[in-house]
Amino acid sequence: MDGLAMGGYGAYVWSCFALAFVIVVFSDWRARLRHKRVYRDIEVRLKALEDRE
Amino acid sequence: MWKWFHQLASPPHFYRISAILSPWLMVPGLILIAYGVYAGLFLAPMDYQQGDAFRIIYVHVPSAYLSIMAYMIMATAGGIGLIWRIKLSHAVAAAAAPLGAAFTFLALCTGAIWGRPMWGTWWEWGDPRLTSELILLFLYFGYMALRSAIDDTAKADKASAVLALVGIVNVVIVHFSVEWWSSLHQGQTVFKKGTMDADMRIPLFAMLLGFTLMFGSLLLRRIRTEVLYRERRTRWVKEMILSPQGGA
Repeated sequence: MDGLAMGGYGAYVWSCFALAFVIVVFSDWRARLRHKRVYRDIEVRLKALEDRE
Repeated sequence: MWKWFHQLASPPHFYRISAILSPWLMVPGLILIAYGVYAGLFLAPMDYQQGDAFRIIYVHVPSAYLSIMAYMIMATAGGIGLIWRIKLSHAVAAAAAPLGAAFTFLALCTGAIWGRPMWGTWWEWGDPRLTSELILLFLYFGYMALRSAIDDTAKADKASAVLALVGIVNVVIVHFSVEWWSSLHQGQTVFKKGTMDADMRIPLFAMLLGFTLMFGSLLLRRIRTEVLYRERRTRWVKEMILSPQGGA
């Protein structure tokens, strides 16, 4: 428990590490999501074009 | 060497290479971060003045360093795109902006949280380092807003590259602000000899390297998406997506 308390600065220290974790995970998730969306949009457009031809 | 660079700047080649390279940066990056977090939180000795609050350094310094590095990548790539008209460089600049904004936001938040117990305040408007870092965040927002406000990609590339190049002035101010003016923020300590114990410094270097590798991996992934979007009407994208193996 002493390790978690961080000499009374626990709230400050842990909130910084938690925020860093959230921002990194969010950045990674956003990058993956956008790639999937762009890929799917192109795929749908190309398949529609192919069907029309 | 030039041939290699020339090949790398080709969008289909970059798209393939970046898919292979991205995990090779992410995995060692995460290992270094895991070590840095553990050693920084539990192995590094307490600071004699700041107590355990100093451990915020292990996320604050890497994020502040990346906030500047991302901007330099964005401005340099924008400049290269303007001068040599390399298509890939504008994609690099566009991909670096959201990541730079995220790490600048993290640096500002962790700095404010660290400032509360150490300086007795979350924020000080008169402080040059804090204010110039906030301006850096606004520059990222301005860059992204400018890009999305212009429908023509070529025009958006040019206008945003000029903005990024002008904004370099602020990056210089961010870096030297603690030396030029009196600031609440402490001066350069990380790379100065004798200012930090090795037990504190080694986890910090692990975090710096880990964050850099992770940033590189995230940036490559974002550039890949940007390349895919910009090249959506080209033959190679059509062939890749419609091939039986796909190419996600």
